Amino acid sequence: MAKLKVNGQEHEVEVDGSTPLLWVLREQLGLTGTKYACGIGICGSCTVHVDGKAVRSCTLPVSSIEAGQSITTIEGLSPDNSHPLQAAWKALDVPQCGYCQPGIIMAAAALLNENPDPSDADIDARVDNICRCGTFNRVRRGIHQAVKHMKGGRSA
Amino acid sequence: MSRERIDVGRREFLISTCKVAGLGTAFSLGLHLPLTATARSRGWGDEQPSDGLPEVNAWVVIEPDDTVIIRIARSEMGQGTLTGLAQMVAEELECDWDKVITEYPTPGENIARDEVWRSFSTGGSQGIRGSHSYVRKGGAVAREMLLQAAADEWDVPKGECRAANSVIIHAPSGRTTTYGKVAAAAAELFPPLHVELKDPKDWKLIGKPVARLDTADKTNGKQVFGADLQLEGMLNAAIRACPVFGGKLESYDAAKIEGMPGVRKVVQVGDDAVAVIADTWWQAHTALQKLPIVWDKGPNATVGSADIDRMLEAGLSSDDKVFVGNSNGDVQSALKSAAQTVEATYSYPYQNHATMEPMNATAVWSEDKCEVWCPTQNGTAALEAAAEAADLPISKCDVYKIHLGGGFGRRGAFHDYVTQAVLIARQMPGTPIKLLWSREEDMTHGHYHPVTKCRLTGALDEDGNLTGLHARISGQSILAAVRPQWMGEDGSDPITFQGFHKDGDHAISYTVPNLLVEHAMRNPHVPPGFWRGVNINQNAIYMECFVDELAHAAGKDPLEFRRRLMADHPKSLAVLNAVAERAGWGKPAGGGIHRGLAVVKTFASYVAACAEVSVSQEGKLSIHRIVAATDPGYAVNPQQIEAQVEGSFVYGLSALLYGGCTVKDGTVQETNFHDYPSMRIDEMPEVETIVMPSGGFWGGIGEPTIAVAAPAVLNAIYAATGKRIREFPLRNADLRPA
Ligand code: FES
Ligand code: FES
Repeated sequence: MAKLKVNGQEHEVEVDGSTPLLWVLREQLGLTGTKYACGIGICGSCTVHVDGKAVRSCTLPVSSIEAGQSITTIEGLSPDNSHPLQAAWKALDVPQCGYCQPGIIMAAAALLNENPDPSDADIDARVDNICRCGTFNRVRRGIHQAVKHMKGGRSA
Repeated sequence: MSRERIDVGRREFLISTCKVAGLGTAFSLGLHLPLTATARSRGWGDEQPSDGLPEVNAWVVIEPDDTVIIRIARSEMGQGTLTGLAQMVAEELECDWDKVITEYPTPGENIARDEVWRSFSTGGSQGIRGSHSYVRKGGAVAREMLLQAAADEWDVPKGECRAANSVIIHAPSGRTTTYGKVAAAAAELFPPLHVELKDPKDWKLIGKPVARLDTADKTNGKQVFGADLQLEGMLNAAIRACPVFGGKLESYDAAKIEGMPGVRKVVQVGDDAVAVIADTWWQAHTALQKLPIVWDKGPNATVGSADIDRMLEAGLSSDDKVFVGNSNGDVQSALKSAAQTVEATYSYPYQNHATMEPMNATAVWSEDKCEVWCPTQNGTAALEAAAEAADLPISKCDVYKIHLGGGFGRRGAFHDYVTQAVLIARQMPGTPIKLLWSREEDMTHGHYHPVTKCRLTGALDEDGNLTGLHARISGQSILAAVRPQWMGEDGSDPITFQGFHKDGDHAISYTVPNLLVEHAMRNPHVPPGFWRGVNINQNAIYMECFVDELAHAAGKDPLEFRRRLMADHPKSLAVLNAVAERAGWGKPAGGGIHRGLAVVKTFASYVAACAEVSVSQEGKLSIHRIVAATDPGYAVNPQQIEAQVEGSFVYGLSALLYGGCTVKDGTVQETNFHDYPSMRIDEMPEVETIVMPSGGFWGGIGEPTIAVAAPAVLNAIYAATGKRIREFPLRNADLRPA
């Protein structure tokens, strides 16, 4: 039995503690926005926030989540798809197939939580997700555009 | 909400996840498709569709509130086809673009309706160029029917009515109505036999950088991919197939895992695979890891990369099974009388498509019906695979397409994952089962980019002009493995010569006075497939790097050298000149940065690239900037063309830098992104895209630019280091300056 707080909601899930958080989110909680692509912590498709920090949920046993920790998935990033990153993503048509995008957006959002004005090098280091469609140029522009809107005091 | 409907079948499925969880949260996505008249006439259920509106014609349904539903037969896998095709229908329809949404008809309906939507195949960069005329006609016919319905209502001649933005105006009387108001009446009319398509100069929507219709749900997790699908009562399956291609399943010990949590059943799948069915995929996957399996590895169990390499090497000089793809003049005498000859041999490795979303399909089977939900580049082929595996007539099966988490050619000609899903579902009649491959299964059971080698020999005269070129390709034929019916009568594979053809969609970009291009077919056991770009990827490296080699041997500037061969290839020359000019070719870039060029005609488009790279003393490569030009004839959505061009460099350069699958004991060794890496954002150059449509033809977008990525960078590496890299991936090469 795992107790999880996901997107502000408490859940009790009957599941083997070794199950990666990714699969609990997808299969027990139905939050399929968080994706499986490699399962070995290398591509970033499964990125969620634990207490605001980006983690790769495919290699994180659900038992390692501590009581009181708060998990945010792409579904909970904003109530209405209005996070500055989401707004920038829509304005720039960042996604192609879209499969990697929840992970990229969550990685970028965690970066902005810590560093509201990241440099290109910060982006390189922290948004190192794999995207086989190749959206990187627009991802970079999207992050910078979101920062601009945040600085302007608007939620973009 | 994205502006599209997701078709998950004739019933409304509750997406319920409380089956396993102690405290589940049931929720509904309310995915549904209105049941069309045809589906009803095929006897599928008596449910009334919630919004079963009559269609104006096969392409267009209009709701009373003026929402326009445009039907899209091709598949959306990231390339933007969905939006581009909708733009083309809407252009002729004269509807309000802001009220357009899309939906996929099913391949089963297409067959039942005499292929009214024609091809569902989404490959070969054909989505738009292969259907532009009939989808535009579909929009035009619908517009005329809507106009007629309004004219009938007002009892005026149709010729006095005009449509714009979903509003119909009768100017003489000042009356207006909307598409939504007359759609039902229009649906009763006979379609006009003849419609005029607009002159391209009158286009208002085609050619505009409108926003994609499918973006919003891709930014908040709402987009449902095949891997995400959850149907009521659904179980999950994980699979392993024999790791050696051509091998079989001998036995497995199900008893060892049957007691594991969630496990429902262990089943054989075809003659070469075994699957575990469980409540959740993680349970199925976990149990499968513990399942003892014995394989009959078959005749290829000892084959390794070195064997394959030797096989191809032999083809470079053999006379056996050699086919000529293009020839003119007399190469042998040109080589004999040359002032200088240049020779080089290149090799291109196996590569996996590595779509971000692993292969998957969901199937439910009963004795008289089979339904499948899957990502596919070709719904019709998926349906055929499903029907065959289901052992049912096609009329009793259907496939519901879901947007793909990447296709790249993997999900077009091959529906092995659909076949497997149906074979599994047959062993639990009535229960929907989702089969999802692990990344490891995906990496080791691909249909790989074929392996080839190419030996090129060039003849130069005293003035450094190219007088002859002999290219001998040795290696794998995709068609021999995948589409033998498309091969020549002599057993040749014409697409092996992509980019070397005399003319057509994949013509050579140069005039060479004496030319011979040959293919010695050598087919190792590792299955090849169509891989985004197909054979142009390696052929462009062979040709464009070798032309660079020739230019340097001739003591000429690579741009000048090319230009002299391109007098009869003005469109290729135009894109080449465009990138050279924008990049500042001829002026030093400074900062240790060097440039390389490449130009190709493929998929009927003309593309060129100029890459700027630097290489450190330690051999570290940095790709700083790429200027790319594309002439696709007509540019339907320029901002999406830019996105495809940028993405093409990621796909093409990932292949160049990292893409190599090796074979040991008959098995592909690379199993995941740790040993089959893909480019990341820190390696991504700036890309400046020049879209320069010259009109009068329709070229592809999704694939052409991939071909120029690698050779442009390789030629720049030579400029920076003096090193010619002829074997790939690049990560195996020592780039320290010579
Ligand atoms: S799926 Fe978790 S990092 Fe790739
Ligand atoms: S958008 Fe397709 S993998 Fe990133």
